[in-house]
Amino acid sequence: MAEEKKKRILKPIKDFPLDEYIASGHRACQGCAEVLAVRHVLKAIGPDMVLAMATGCMEIISSPYPFTSWNVPWIHVAFENAAAVGSGVEAGLKALRRKGRIPDKNVTVVAMGGDGGTSDIGFQALSGMFERGHKMIYVCVDNEAYMNTGVQRSSSTPFGASTTTSPAGKARPSGQNTWKKDMTAIAAAHNIPYAATACPSYYSDLMRKVRRAAEVEGPAYLHVLSVCPTGWRVPPQTSIKYGALAVDSGVFPLYEVDHGVWKLSRKPKNLKPVTEYLKGQGRFRHLDEGMIALIQERVIANWERLLKLCEATGDKPAQSGSES
Amino acid sequence: MGKKVGMEVSIAAAEAAALCDVDVVAAYPITPQTHIVEHLSELVANGHLDAEFVPVESEHSAMSVCCGSAAAGARTITSTAAQGLALMAEIVFIASAMRLPMVMLVANRALSAPLSIWNDHSDAMMVRDCGWIQVFCENGQDVYDHVFHGFRVGEDPRVLLPVMINLDGFILTHVIEPMEFWTKEMAKSYLPPFKPVYRLHPDKVVSMGAFGMPEIYAEQKMAHDVALRNSRPVIDEAWDELARLTGRRYSAVEHYKTDGAETLILAMGSLCETASLAVDQMRDGGKKVGLVKLRLWRPFPFAEIRQALAGAKDVVVLDRSVSTGGGSAPVTSEIRAVMYHEPSRPKIHCMIAGLGGRDVTPDDVSNMVDMALAGTGAEYYIYGVRG
Ligand SMILES: Cc1ncc(C[n+]2csc(CCOP(=O)(O)OP(=O)(O)O)c2C)c(N)n1
Ligand code: SF4
Ligand SMILES: [Mg+2]
Repeated sequence: MAEEKKKRILKPIKDFPLDEYIASGHRACQGCAEVLAVRHVLKAIGPDMVLAMATGCMEIISSPYPFTSWNVPWIHVAFENAAAVGSGVEAGLKALRRKGRIPDKNVTVVAMGGDGGTSDIGFQALSGMFERGHKMIYVCVDNEAYMNTGVQRSSSTPFGASTTTSPAGKARPSGQNTWKKDMTAIAAAHNIPYAATACPSYYSDLMRKVRRAAEVEGPAYLHVLSVCPTGWRVPPQTSIKYGALAVDSGVFPLYEVDHGVWKLSRKPKNLKPVTEYLKGQGRFRHLDEGMIALIQERVIANWERLLKLCEATGDKPAQSGSES
Repeated sequence: MGKKVGMEVSIAAAEAAALCDVDVVAAYPITPQTHIVEHLSELVANGHLDAEFVPVESEHSAMSVCCGSAAAGARTITSTAAQGLALMAEIVFIASAMRLPMVMLVANRALSAPLSIWNDHSDAMMVRDCGWIQVFCENGQDVYDHVFHGFRVGEDPRVLLPVMINLDGFILTHVIEPMEFWTKEMAKSYLPPFKPVYRLHPDKVVSMGAFGMPEIYAEQKMAHDVALRNSRPVIDEAWDELARLTGRRYSAVEHYKTDGAETLILAMGSLCETASLAVDQMRDGGKKVGLVKLRLWRPFPFAEIRQALAGAKDVVVLDRSVSTGGGSAPVTSEIRAVMYHEPSRPKIHCMIAGLGGRDVTPDDVSNMVDMALAGTGAEYYIYGVRG
């Protein structure tokens, strides 16, 4: 009923289906951009999909037995194996379809995990899935820490963020003292047909990329920055703003690697200073000028490297190993 | 009855899986399981088996792929041993609790350290409580037949549980044995196509693997336990049908020369064949000794074990793993617990032997019986250790 009401209020947006595949009433925190990212991913794919999900916030907020928020076939097995479970679903459906035991229709298999479930504990399973060439999409919803267990650092936590296991202290004033693992580049290095970054603050870009990922033959990877007000210590109403600032400052550039060709999806004329992004985030409040300068320097260097990659690969696509 | 042909047991097991027309194979190589998966991949490569062979990067992923594929409703098989089973253990427990049928051949091997590729049952005992149907095979024919049996039981809508078939590493996996093979028609008539109650497919939306709050977790555990116990009649029914089809009769507990026996040996797996030779010797020597073979480890056959052991004065359990620092070895513990409330109960001796591939001969078995009856003065005794 609530849904009906919503339909009347919302003006249709182009390519933004009104159908919901994750029901409201889930238990995510206010302003959670991770669940928003999930919602957009599902909308872009539509009902003909199967979702394999890692343990983490998105699983916990959606599935206290006997309840479920999922309006698509959904499976959760464990923390580190969404890519492998998804591989199994893909292999199973493929064999059954070939043998005529299930209807002959395309089903998009999606595996999804948090940054911890992807860049740390699920890294090996993900690499295996890429290398074997399963036709499926892996989505990393990156809120830059293990949020479900109480904001512990991951290898995707940015330099300078204070988390419960990388707290800023006298002996280690920066908090996290390592740089964010570049998962998208690592995915692209597997020579899969498609890898991209996205952010729900730019939802039409996100949804276009999901559709592209579903279309290519072989594995696709989407790395979605997902603001977590609880873990980042920002007000819930600012998640969209902070997502946009991450993109516009170059902290989290939006780009895609389509068959080896690197393409920027958003190229701001001038990058906003990182201070605009860092300001107001509780996890960065301890940073001094020196540390901020270090971050700024790194962002610029990464940005320039990215521009070069785009330029270098722009007109001569590399061979994709996994496409067959 | 068909003609017997010699074949390596691992190859035969893979051939059985092919006759079962499995849809997905996911496995990672580990000695002594390798020949099974190598042959399965060969069958797929040659087009003899129409299946997806998923060459995973670890056993953890092997079991995870199996969960995904079984959840999609595909007939699924894997195989591993020791360290591989340890690595996948997390997901082994989940597969059964999520009621995902599949067959896993465990080529039993000792757990590290020290690293050993040789046979014992420490791997299987590590996952004793994983909630799978678990059988231990005595010989190659037994392994071959149980692949069909495993799929039939596990996929039965009254059961929906994964099935673990234990076969002793090297002692069974690498030997050539004379076996009777099934025909395609036999396999077809015995094993109906897998029709899952739920499958991951957009035509009927389901959620699988929701988490359990304290107010529901215990109920879910109980439901799993009830399901495993209730699989027993289906297991027996499938053995009956197998007997009709092949003339070979299997049961949860089997007897060898137990009539009038005062002392019973209890063993599992290939050691049963060795123990039966020892029983022959001891009987020839006038000793009243018999053998009880425990084939079905889970669900545990309480009634048959109580009945089998009731009349004996002594039971010597041959365990193949150590419960380090524990009360006794895993099989003995179980047997002692099961017999505890019986009005007349035998003395139950625990003899641990054959660890990490140490050979156990019929003479060793006779020796262990003698030692046990003479009294070792301990809760359990590790036989044949040089000191
Ligand atoms: C093998 C294993 N180790 C640890 C955990 C505990 N655990 C569950 S979720 C989680 C963190 C999830 O972090 P992430 O993947 O980033 O997802 P988020 O909750 O942030 O969305 C951890 C550490 C577990 N469930 N399984
Ligand atoms: S902790 Fe963060 S990611 Fe998790 S539900 Fe809350 S806002 Fe979303
Ligand atoms: Mg996270």
